Parts: sequence; C-alpha cells; structure tokens
Amino acid sequence: MFIAPAALGFVVFFLYPALRGFYFSLTQYNLLGTPQWIGFANFAEIPHDPLFWNSLKVTVEYVVLNIGFQTVIAVLLAVLMQRLTTSTLVRGALLLPWLISNVIAALTWFWLLDYQIGLVNQFLSWLGVDRIAFFADNFWAIPTIAMVNIWRNMGYTALLVFAGLQTIPRYVYEAAAIDGCSEWRAFWRITLPLLRPVLAMVLVLTVTGSFQVFDTVAVTTKGGPVNITRVIQFYIYQKAFADGQFGYASALSVVLFVILAVLAALQLRLLRAGESDLA
Amino acid sequence: MPTLSRRELLGLASASALAVTLAACGNGSSTGSSGATGDAAIDTSKASGEVTYWLWDNNQQPAYQKVADNFHAANPGITVKITQYGWNDYWTNITNGFVAGTAPDVFTNHLSMYPQFVSQNQLVPLDATLAKDGVKTDVFQKGLADLWVGPDGHRYGLPKDFDTISIFYNKALVSAAGVKDADLQSLTWNPTDGGTYEKMIAHLTIDVNGVRGDQPGFDKSKVKVYGLGLDGGSGGAYGQTQWSMYTGTTGWTFTDKNPWGTHYNYDKPEFQNTMAWMRSLIAKGYMPSLQAVTGTASADLFGAGKYAMITNGSWMIKQMFSYKGVQTGLAPTPTGPSGKRSSMFNGLADSIWVGSKNKPAAAKWVEYLGSAAAQDVIGQAGVVFPAIPSGTQAAQAAFKAAGVDVTSFLMQVNDGTTFLFPITEHATQIGNIMQPAVDAVFTGQSPANSLTSANQQVNALFTS
Repeated sequence: MFIAPAALGFVVFFLYPALRGFYFSLTQYNLLGTPQWIGFANFAEIPHDPLFWNSLKVTVEYVVLNIGFQTVIAVLLAVLMQRLTTSTLVRGALLLPWLISNVIAALTWFWLLDYQIGLVNQFLSWLGVDRIAFFADNFWAIPTIAMVNIWRNMGYTALLVFAGLQTIPRYVYEAAAIDGCSEWRAFWRITLPLLRPVLAMVLVLTVTGSFQVFDTVAVTTKGGPVNITRVIQFYIYQKAFADGQFGYASALSVVLFVILAVLAALQLRLLRAGESDLA
Repeated sequence: MPTLSRRELLGLASASALAVTLAACGNGSSTGSSGATGDAAIDTSKASGEVTYWLWDNNQQPAYQKVADNFHAANPGITVKITQYGWNDYWTNITNGFVAGTAPDVFTNHLSMYPQFVSQNQLVPLDATLAKDGVKTDVFQKGLADLWVGPDGHRYGLPKDFDTISIFYNKALVSAAGVKDADLQSLTWNPTDGGTYEKMIAHLTIDVNGVRGDQPGFDKSKVKVYGLGLDGGSGGAYGQTQWSMYTGTTGWTFTDKNPWGTHYNYDKPEFQNTMAWMRSLIAKGYMPSLQAVTGTASADLFGAGKYAMITNGSWMIKQMFSYKGVQTGLAPTPTGPSGKRSSMFNGLADSIWVGSKNKPAAAKWVEYLGSAAAQDVIGQAGVVFPAIPSGTQAAQAAFKAAGVDVTSFLMQVNDGTTFLFPITEHATQIGNIMQPAVDAVFTGQSPANSLTSANQQVNALFTS
C-alpha cells in the first residue's frame, strides 16, 4: 500500500506514455490524423537513414567528450573539496553554474563565443590568433557544446562524488598514512576503489543525461550548419514536431531507449555497482 | 522578432493521412480532424462574445490593440483578446492548440504554414461568408488575395500585409569607400561575374589592414567589414532574404506553377549557378561564411558595423533604422540578366480556426481586419505594409515621417517585379531537405550541382 502514490505516478507519467510511445512507433501518425498501423516498417527504415547514423555519430562524439572531461574534472573537484576546504562558500560556488538554466547558459556562451562580435573571439584576435567559429566549425562545434555542458554540470557531478567521498571512513586513510602511503597512491588505491559504487551511479546518470542532450543544441545551432550538430534527441524532435512523422520519431525514441538501457546495464555490471569493497 | 527564424518552418507536415481508424486505439485528442466544415456561410449579424486573436510580431501588437479597441467601439458586443508569442513558440502553440482544442479563434497565418493547415482541415473556408457580407477580395495589392485560395478553390485567409526585399546599407561605411548613395541605386548583377554589384561588394569589403577587397594584398582571412552580409544562414529552400532576389532575375522559378505547384526546379542551371556565385562571394571573403553567421542575428551584426550592405525584408525596417550611431540607407536589389529587378512577394493573412467556439464573432473580426479602416491604422503605425493600397500609402507616409524612404521596397510592387512566395504542399519536409543541402554548397562541402539530387528528393514527395 505504501508504494501506491509512487506506483500511481509511475503508471500515469511513465508506463502509460512509454507504452503509448511504443505503440506509436508501430504506426504512421501525424498528430492531427489517426495513427495507422504499419508494423515494424519504421524500424526497418532506420538502418537505411543516413541522418540517423549521422545523429548517432554526433551524439556519441558529444557523450565521449562530455562524460570523459566531466567525470575527471568532477572527481578532481570533489577530492579538492574534501581535502582542501571546508568553506561552504567555496563549495557552493562550484555548484553555481548548475543553478543557471540550461537555456541561459547555452545562450550566454553562444553570445560569448560568437564568431564576429563574441568576447572570446575578440580576445583571440587581440592575441593574434585566428577567430574560431566555435558553434559552427566542423571540428569545434560538438566540443564547444560539450564544453558548455561540462561547465554547467561539473559542480553538480562533483557534489555527487563528494557525497560518495564522505562515505569513505577516515580510519582507512589514517591506516594508510601510518603505513607511509602517499596522497597520490592513496587516491588510486583507496579513494577510487571505495568510490566505485557511487561512480557507477554517477556515470549511469550522467551518460543517460548526456545522450539526451537537446536544449543546448535547440537554442543555439539547431542541428546545423549542414548536419554537424544534429544530435539524436534533436533529430527525433525535428521528425516529430517539424516533419510531423510521429510514428518514425517514436521508433527512433525506442531505439534510443534500448541503447541507453543496454549502456546502463553494461556500466552497472562492469563496475559491480551492487557491491562495495568496504565490507 | 528574431529575423532568422522568420523563415524557419515549424509545425506539422501535410501528410495526407488515410483515415484508417484503429478501434482499439482511439485518437487521444479532443478535437481530432473532424473533416472539412464545408463552405456554409457564417451568420455574422448577431455576433457577440469574446474572440481570441494571436500574432507573433510584438512590434505590431500596439497597433492591433488599437484596431481591436476601434472594433469593440463599433461592435460593443464583441471583445477581442490579443495574445502575442515569439515566432518559434507561435507555431508550436498553434499546432498543439489544434490538437488540444485551445487554438485561438483567429490567428495571423503565414504562407509557408497554411497549405498544411488546409490539408489537415484546420481552417474555416471564408468565401460564402465574405460573399454574404459583401466583403470584396479585390481591394488588396495585386496577387495577394490569390495566395490564400487553397487547392480546393476555397479562400482560407484575408490578406493583412506584405513584404518585399531591399538592400540596407551602412552610410558611414559606404561613404568611407568613396561611394555615393546614388551609385547603389542602379547596380546590375549576373551569376557569372556578379556584374557591377559584385564590384561594389568587393570595394566595400575591407580587411583589418585597411585593404579593400578589390585591391592587391587583400587578406580574406582577416576581414573587418564584409561588403555584403548574410542573413542568418544559407536561406535553405527559399532564400527569401539571401538569394531569391537574384534567382528571380534569371527567369528561374521555384516551381512549375504557383500557387500549388507540384514540381520544384532546384536542378536548373540558373538556380545552381546563383548558388555557386553565392559560394564564390564567401570564398573571396566578400561575404561571411555560414560558420561566421551562426550566432548573433544579422541585424545586430549590421548594427555593429560588420556589414556595409545586407539584403533583408521590409519587416526589418524599424529595427535596421534603430541602431544608435548607425546611419542606415536603402537601395533596391540589383537588376539581373532579365534586365529587371526581382523580389519575393510574401504576404500574411488572418484565418479562422475550424475549432473556434465563436465563429460568428471570429468572422466579423476577420472581415474588419481586412478592411481599409483597420489596415490604415496598422499602416499609420509604420511597421509593415498593409495589403490594402490606402494602408500601404499610410505606412509609406508614416515611414517618411520617421525619416525612412521606403521607395526601394514599394518600387518592386509598382514595377511588377515581384514574384509570389512558392506555395506547395510538404513545405516543412522540403525545408528539412534543402536546408542541409544548400548549407553544404555555401560551406563549399558540396558543389552546386549536388542540389540536383536534393531536388529529386523534394520532387519525390509529390509522387508518393
């Protein structure tokens, strides 16, 4: 009985929409018409869709950059937070970017990094460096978008890791110190192994979130120029709300769902998230 | 109003949904597609109550509020409630409103959107009602009223305003190049060498060392001022403010016929040569690359003194003349191989939603918006050109009073050098095919003849 409120929410806001979305993926549907059953035709079409493969490639590039840098920076920040300061002010400041709305963060960077009148490019040209079309260059666009989101999310990720660090008992470090263990060695031999279950949780959360990058692209490049920033969520959105192909868009969503589910399961398994080395 | 997004096509596609009903899985929407209402006249004689009206241009909201107040004074029983949304939210809200049953009674409609709405049976046909109430549709600028007659022969909108294209130029940058205003009024263009127009663009371009684009030693990688700006991107399928004023002078047309063409001509050499010429301007450093214009709106870049000239639409006049410290001038678009100028002629109209709960009052409001009484008031606000000639003149006078000579825009209408915005089915999908394709030509990633295969994709939409 006590789970009834949660279960109700799950059914109304998750299960029903998910099942309905799955049903739409088996139809041809343009929102104002009536869904027309076409079986697995949408799914059969996906492997032959070059834009799908492009969006997957772009998204994976984004996720690798985003998660790679974000996780390293977050762990670094968390360790610094634990070892160097107890100041709430400093710890709070790290979290500040995360308190800014995604859209505002994206638009602010979009403006700062503008090719012709952006502040950053102005500095670059003073230094005698060529201007960079951060959001539109073939090479820079995805790294730039990844950077914006790393900047925004690193504080929050660091906070999660920091919470994990607090669960590691002090006596382990004290014992290590008595044995003459260096700070660097303690980090690799004690901190990281004991942090593993928390890191697994953080990775599953951030990788899933990272695959679903949308707002940063939607308010800045809108997938362009050509297709270089057309991440999968934005492609799905365009198919559904611009092209009116709700059935095909739903099928793409189902594919993304499967990818994320497999990735999450893999991460949990590889990182043995269910057990701790502390016992 | 974000100018770049004016040409973005959001909303729903015009897929011709076959009415195969799945009994087990009914339509979740409250209105659904109830089918065409037919063309029965709406009785406006006893209209009363509230009418909701949406528009996207916040520059025009005050003028429309004034019109609504006048309307209320003449029809005390009817109150008009005006809501404004930005261009992007506007179309999402409209289409979501169609499904959820919360769309407005009357709304400002755009030529790129209405074919889809017609095929989805979302608009009320107006012919019988207008005929019954004696509303004339031949009072508007030539051609505008025809745009709003659907493929079924019914009228789905009453024209409200129109726009054409001109060159906006920065007077200080132009005179610094030793160019007189009069020199810009009679430029000629061709897709081969760009004519006197390209020479002018090259001369107005200047690099960080002060070398002009037509002088030896010009460094195209460090341009300070571009001779010609680029409005937000490649222009995708229509190039309304980017290249349509050039292609229009080559004898090229977008489609086999307009409105309601069923075959696009993006494979023709006249079009592809023009795209190649646009690319050459970027390669020479006379016009910013696509990468360089991804970001700040083109009008703001013009205001920041980055462009000597830029082609843009009449809806931008107020903004382009509002930048502090920038003296803006206007010149007509160049004459091309045909010996004439050319401008896309785009028009807006007011339409009634099929789900409106108060159609009599809605119809009465639309009829009023299509009258000289309303359009003269809009014209006096000096923001856009109303569709009725007296309103257009009122706008011209209002612009003149504000120190802006809009002759270059109206010249295209008076000389008959306008061509209508191409109205066809599948506008959104066409936009999604052509945007990356034309982008790729502008970035130099693909040659202009790659547009032939994009054209095949576009035309395949009409055969399936």
